[in-house]
Amino acid sequence: MEIFGIPHQAFLGQLMLGLVNGAFYAMLSLGLAVIFGLLDIVNFAHGALYMVGAFAAWIMLDSWGVNYWWALLLAPLLVGVLGVIVERLFLKRLYGLDPLYGLLLTFGLSLILEGVFRRQYGVSGQSYAVPELLEGATNLGFMILPNYRAWVIFASIAICLVTWYVIERTRLGAYLRAGTENAKLVQAFGVNVPLMVSLTYGAGAALAGLAGVLAAPVIQVTPLMGSNLIIVVFAVVVIGGMGSILGSVITGLGLGVVEGFTRVFYPEASNIVVFVIMAIVLMLRPAGLFGKEA
Amino acid sequence: MKIKTLVAAMALGLGSYAATAQNNAGPVRIGFITDMSSLYADIDGPAGAEMVKWAVQDFGGKVLNRPIEVLTADHQNKADVAASKAREWIDSQNLAMLIGGTSSGTNLAMAGVTKEKKRPFISIGAGSARLTNEDCSPYTIHYAYDTVALAKVGGSALVKAGAKKWYFLTADYAFGHSLEADATNVVKANGGTVVGSVKHPLNASDFSSFLLQAQGSKADILAMANAGGDFVNAMKAAKEFGITKQMKVAGLLVFINDVHSVGVKNAEGLQVADSWYWNQDDESRKFAKRFFDKFKRMPSSLQAADYSATMNYLKAVQKVGTTDADKVNGELRSMKYNDFYHKNATVRADGRMMHDMYLFQVKAAKDSNTPWDYYKLVAKVPGDQAFTTPAESKCTLLKK
Repeated sequence: MEIFGIPHQAFLGQLMLGLVNGAFYAMLSLGLAVIFGLLDIVNFAHGALYMVGAFAAWIMLDSWGVNYWWALLLAPLLVGVLGVIVERLFLKRLYGLDPLYGLLLTFGLSLILEGVFRRQYGVSGQSYAVPELLEGATNLGFMILPNYRAWVIFASIAICLVTWYVIERTRLGAYLRAGTENAKLVQAFGVNVPLMVSLTYGAGAALAGLAGVLAAPVIQVTPLMGSNLIIVVFAVVVIGGMGSILGSVITGLGLGVVEGFTRVFYPEASNIVVFVIMAIVLMLRPAGLFGKEA
Repeated sequence: MKIKTLVAAMALGLGSYAATAQNNAGPVRIGFITDMSSLYADIDGPAGAEMVKWAVQDFGGKVLNRPIEVLTADHQNKADVAASKAREWIDSQNLAMLIGGTSSGTNLAMAGVTKEKKRPFISIGAGSARLTNEDCSPYTIHYAYDTVALAKVGGSALVKAGAKKWYFLTADYAFGHSLEADATNVVKANGGTVVGSVKHPLNASDFSSFLLQAQGSKADILAMANAGGDFVNAMKAAKEFGITKQMKVAGLLVFINDVHSVGVKNAEGLQVADSWYWNQDDESRKFAKRFFDKFKRMPSSLQAADYSATMNYLKAVQKVGTTDADKVNGELRSMKYNDFYHKNATVRADGRMMHDMYLFQVKAAKDSNTPWDYYKLVAKVPGDQAFTTPAESKCTLLKK
């Protein structure tokens, strides 16, 4: 049996791989969407924070023998704290100004972080072993799926669901959304809005860090891993509609799949297909697929 | 005051005129352009630049009673950046000689500029054999290795060892294309077949889709015609997806840094063609130790070649007594090269440095005794068997 001229086994295999990558894009763009949607910051440092998360996991394992499961908890926490510090020290001075300032600041920050790690560790990358529990692979019939990749899909989707739930369905989320709409009013109800904003940025950063830990066993941990990915992730957010959480999750998954199939039909274009789609979407729907017209 | 200004302006104008007219004034400038920050920065990069400076320093810092200056730049793997930097240095800094680091596209561009401007150009880290084949130039010397040698030394050993059906995973730029084409020739000449190939973008983040296609090909060897971070990530994914169990995986261009990154466990048994290995003799170990003390890792063959090329260039300048491009070029193409990097090597008319190439095999983890002790020697292949033969060459300089 063939689908679009390729054997159905290979087709299913590519679909699966596309989902793995897509889940990953979804999680990274989710953090970006949260930060943009709630705080109006175009967080260019997201890629660097993702890289720091991966390095934190690697350093913890290499220097102190902290295993993967603890790293999954500790590294995002660390990156989250770093995020809060960045927000308190720099970003809070920029609220109310043109978003371009925030973009430039976070871009500069990402260059600094990348430079520091490059100077310290070089670009070749460090190897992070797959945790013992997730070693090996499962034969799905149409392909061999490494257990670790299956775990990445599962974990990413779970994290996306939880984040969406917290923001859209809980009281905390309601405060957050209200606080970013009208800070003064919410403050009058006794909510500490500046603290909430810091914690939101911290949480977005922690999401990036968490993605970094999840990625570490799959690719080499290198200072360049963030900048390689950040542009694609931005495209995902733009296509999904800036700030739309649901939009970035669905677009992330979809684009992972589209990219996977491009690798089969015309591999040379696989790095740019996302941008071609972005151009088409923006022509038809300038606010993105799930964005609201301003 | 006005006259003073006028005189100063004239002096400036004359000065730059004089600098281009006779190049025996001011410092001797050596330029080094390589990937300083991206995926090839560890195999050459800032440490490579340091090697050029070490050679200058060990030479005494002066030649023909003129100080030696080293200029370095990052080409970011972009051919236009490399070409415009080379042009700028030659035009405004009176550059005496240019060394090209990694990446084929950038080196082909620099070879074009130096040919037009008539300056010696020593290409170290570029793979593409086009530099001494269809795009050969009387000013280019290709110093370390090339894709033909990788294919002939590494590829033929694999075919002879039983790998008959080949599938290529190829980096989609000048170097990858060259390497795939040269390896294909070698495979066919030795009675093997190529059942397919897939081209991936440079610096690809995920290789799983490409590997799944390779897996469906039923080939018995998956040959990776890529390098650096791309090779490392592809190798890692191949292991993860169980491809290493079904077919043999071979890296056509693997540097010692890559083996270190992948880990000796994952790379065990891999056969690697290279021009130099730090642990091959006492002289090399001495150089390597000095490098290790500074950088906490072992030098790649490219970094060794950076040092060797600079040192030999300075010796040539010393001998002919001028930095005049044609005279130095003549010396570089007639002298014998003898140092820790290569023995009794010569440069052929097409610019190809003819020296021994080696086939190494990555040791099993249990046999790797000291840090960075990764290779055992399988074969030493003399230059005339490793590189393009005059009969195969399309270079007009060889056809006189």
